[in-house]
Amino acid sequence: MYYIDPHIHMVSRTTNDYATLARMGCVAMSEPAFWAGYDRGSADGFRDYFRQLTEVEPARAAQYGVRHFCWLCINAKEAENVQLSRDVLKLIPEFLDCPNVLGIGEIGLNKNTRNEAIIFQEHVELAVEHHQPVLIHTPHLEDKHQGTRMILDMLADHANLSAERVLVDHVEEHTVKPVLDAGFWAGLTLYPVTKCTPARAVDIIEMMGTDRLCVNSAGDWGPSKPTAVPDLIMEMRRRGHRESVIRKVVFANPREFFQQSKNFDLADPASR
Amino acid sequence: MNAKEILDQEFLTIRSRLLDIAASLDRIQRAEGDATADSRMANVSEAIEIVGSQQLHRAERVQLLFSREYDQAWKTQYELDSRA
Ligand SMILES: [Zn+2]
Repeated sequence: MYYIDPHIHMVSRTTNDYATLARMGCVAMSEPAFWAGYDRGSADGFRDYFRQLTEVEPARAAQYGVRHFCWLCINAKEAENVQLSRDVLKLIPEFLDCPNVLGIGEIGLNKNTRNEAIIFQEHVELAVEHHQPVLIHTPHLEDKHQGTRMILDMLADHANLSAERVLVDHVEEHTVKPVLDAGFWAGLTLYPVTKCTPARAVDIIEMMGTDRLCVNSAGDWGPSKPTAVPDLIMEMRRRGHRESVIRKVVFANPREFFQQSKNFDLADPASR
Repeated sequence: MNAKEILDQEFLTIRSRLLDIAASLDRIQRAEGDATADSRMANVSEAIEIVGSQQLHRAERVQLLFSREYDQAWKTQYELDSRA
């Protein structure tokens, strides 16, 4: 089955991973800007990173017939440095017209601090000002519930931000409902250590329904599995879910969300 | 699939994970020193109670048990205004 991985950090993956994903049916992916594993020293470091996301990765993906899209921001971890964050926020607009940019992300919270909240709000303002969709990272482990609620509180401050243009990612059993109830899209991340297994993700889909839910691997430089979405497809098949239901979760839903970005154009491979 | 069929499929996984937990707790107890006063151990005991309860939404309740508290008044504590 062909699918979209709506959240994967390909800058940390090998070219072989692109080949494997293509063979497994991945037709498009989106890569949110995130933490590199170390704090960057200057805004210029981010400018180089944004060039990698907008020039290098789409070309690498194209070699395997996969479309690569991306999201731009300074991630929540480095947002603790308010001055650096404001310098990075200033350079984002010059990249927004690059043909593979879908919006602002993954912004969010990490340790739920005051500085992180300040920079989160400034990112949302930038997104509203430039009419960009938003992709949001929620914190892990013991910080997730508190951080997700804080994020929902902050999003409620922006009357001119449409909920259907926002995806709140890494939801789990205790955070999925408030996100969907508020009208946002939600992302389930399949990750071996701190997040959700394919079995638990399918449980959540069975309990919440398939509307406004997407599934991703969040493959990055840490312990993660770039082919986690096909694992979910297998688990849904094992439980007897219809192919059309599976396709909605792994293809039609992310496509519908991304289509709100002016730069997203992806035909359904079935129509070829 | 009905409940009995799912149990047939899941039973060995459940059994093996329960044994993992039992063995991990034994390992902690056999080791030098004492971790019983560590608040995480109290959380683990409480989580096991939730898992053993008959009420639905066990996974959600275990998640909330391992979560920091959310205070609705966080913006006031951080001296942040609501934006318009
Ligand atoms: Zn990510």
